[in-house]
Amino acid sequence: MSDETKPGLKSPLRRKLLMGMAALPAVSMLGRPAFADVPATSAVNTTGLAVTDSEVTVGILHSVTGTMAISETGSVEAEKLAIEQINAAGGVLGRKIKFIQEDGASDWPTFAEKAKKLLVNDKCAAVMGCWTSASRKAVLPVFEQYNGMLYYPTFYEGLEQSKNVIYTGQEATQQIIAGLDWVNKTKGAKSFYLLGSDYIWPRTSNKIARKHIENHLQGCKVVGEEYFPLGSTQFNSVINKIKLTKPDVIYAIIVGGSNVAFYKQLKAAGIDLSKQTLLTISVTEDEIDGIGGENIAGAYACMKYFQSLDNPNNKTFVPAFKKMWGEKTVIGDVTQAAYLGPWLWKLTVEKAQSFDIDKIAAASPGVEFKGAPEGYVRIHENHHLWSKTRVGRAKADGQYELIYETADLVEPDPFPKGYQ
Amino acid sequence: MFGDYSISDLGAILAMQGFAGLILFSVYVLMALGLAIIFGQMGVINMAHGEFMILGAYVTWMTSNAVQHTAPWLFPGYFFIAMILAFIASGALGMLVEWALIRHLYKRPLDTLLATWGLSLILQQAYRSIFGAREVGVELPEWMMGSWQATDAIQIPINGMFVMGLTILITIVVFYILFWSSWGKQVRAVVQNRVMAGAVGINTEKVDRYTFGLGCGIAGIAGSAFTMIGSTGPTAGQLYIVDTFLVVVFGGAASLFGTIASAFSISQTQSTLEFFLSGSMAKVITLLTIVAILMVRPQGLFALKVRK
Repeated sequence: MSDETKPGLKSPLRRKLLMGMAALPAVSMLGRPAFADVPATSAVNTTGLAVTDSEVTVGILHSVTGTMAISETGSVEAEKLAIEQINAAGGVLGRKIKFIQEDGASDWPTFAEKAKKLLVNDKCAAVMGCWTSASRKAVLPVFEQYNGMLYYPTFYEGLEQSKNVIYTGQEATQQIIAGLDWVNKTKGAKSFYLLGSDYIWPRTSNKIARKHIENHLQGCKVVGEEYFPLGSTQFNSVINKIKLTKPDVIYAIIVGGSNVAFYKQLKAAGIDLSKQTLLTISVTEDEIDGIGGENIAGAYACMKYFQSLDNPNNKTFVPAFKKMWGEKTVIGDVTQAAYLGPWLWKLTVEKAQSFDIDKIAAASPGVEFKGAPEGYVRIHENHHLWSKTRVGRAKADGQYELIYETADLVEPDPFPKGYQ
Repeated sequence: MFGDYSISDLGAILAMQGFAGLILFSVYVLMALGLAIIFGQMGVINMAHGEFMILGAYVTWMTSNAVQHTAPWLFPGYFFIAMILAFIASGALGMLVEWALIRHLYKRPLDTLLATWGLSLILQQAYRSIFGAREVGVELPEWMMGSWQATDAIQIPINGMFVMGLTILITIVVFYILFWSSWGKQVRAVVQNRVMAGAVGINTEKVDRYTFGLGCGIAGIAGSAFTMIGSTGPTAGQLYIVDTFLVVVFGGAASLFGTIASAFSISQTQSTLEFFLSGSMAKVITLLTIVAILMVRPQGLFALKVRK
């Protein structure tokens, strides 16, 4: 795609030019908004959100303390980067974004309380936040009652749709079906062993996977399905069961600290991932950091973004992220999806020419972001994103190598018929 | 479920499953031993036990990085250095905590529970501030990875055998210290009658401090060893705390033999059930069984006979 049509990441030179241009009128017309075409606040903000002539306030609501801090840190970093870049490129409707960050502390009632604070006290025009489904379910009634806008970054189980939420990660069918089709077609896989941590996302996802395997893939079967309490660290028994049943594919949706234990013990038990196909939808580059690349090398992951993606957007995004947060940080699927939040909001506000929540909700479908590091995304009527699904193979250096991607964008389908 | 499999297949699985149970047993003993000393000998409920373990894990991670950068030739054996450093670090922190916090709270078990719970939160946040919120990956020397090919079909995890060996060694050392050394006699004297022990010239404060330090130091070694099988992050200690208390309480608080017997029965039940049922169900049934047994025997499997 050509550089001119990208509303997103501009080349550094272009950004400098823009900043220079932005500064010129500010010097000559003191006290006036920096951009000539800045619409009046009274016109773009009719519901009393925190929007002034020069600033607009958004909220960031993630866990920076507690168990989930491990996962949510990347999302916070991505959102701050996006906000900084948007500000450097002139802000939203000529207004700089100011953010208020609250800590959900890995505790769902705290999430709800902080969401209320961001909407009622701070009048945030949008909130980027939440990670687990439990935290999203906790804040959803708050966003609906006080009419706020949440940009939610995590891939999740689907079965939800709200006027007040934009889901920037993939819902389950987007992430699962393409991966199963791929492993069936290219690896000739016929038997699957489904594993997961014991909570809603892995259970719903495996349910979809099982229906797809049994009803849509010719001659395929599920030879085992098992769940482990969150935080389990012992997997030797199930590994023995896997050895006994010899499935073509281990399909693993294990999360958190259990992930590390599972892959370390798999390797220690002599299961060689270069021979045994393992497909996961829960291990991003972030998790590999903790697992150790040498323990998971050879495994396949199915999601929409890998840090190693070779496209012009990603080639500017990755260095920008590392410049802001350190050379050693890695960028996983959810981190990238979190980065989309502020940009999609900006594009939607500019399309609606208004900060009003109702107008943004109505304008969201059809908004496209050509500067997304994953390539191109577009918001669907159901407030999820059209996106490509990709399969990558883990390497010992902790990065994924892209093996396959769907030819077209995959339609989000949060209430899949025949899969419930 | 076994109709389709050959006898040799089943035999191999049986052998590997036996080892899986023994490995789980060693893991339980290793994580419970430190707590059994502190809880059993001193009556202190140490909710921060998991965080002392994770300190050991972080020490291992730092040692691994330091050795890789300064003396790569040492890398194959760095784990032994790391475990010693982990013991020293966790033990020293333990003694500091005993001096600053615990000694003011003896005879107030509920207050120690709250205080050590607070301590665990403080330590978690400290780890998060110092080492970052993300998990760290501890790199292991090549020889500790992978499995030992016993026969064509039987593979035994090397790190599991390492944990087993380590557990046996530490158990022997702990028993030697507590039951044969003169310091161990002092510890047991203080446990039985603090006033009398003081009267015959035992420095009870010092005994308390070293006992607590020993318990925490062993937790540090356990944490160091668990970098081979689990994750290292600020809150990873929480993964172990429930199982640890379960083992100690079920075994009978004041008995080290009880701790070992309880670790054995829990691990065997757990791993057998896990094989025939699923992970979550195995946990549920194990917990229910323990609750039922504790209802009948509230003092645990092995309790010291005391005069009521």
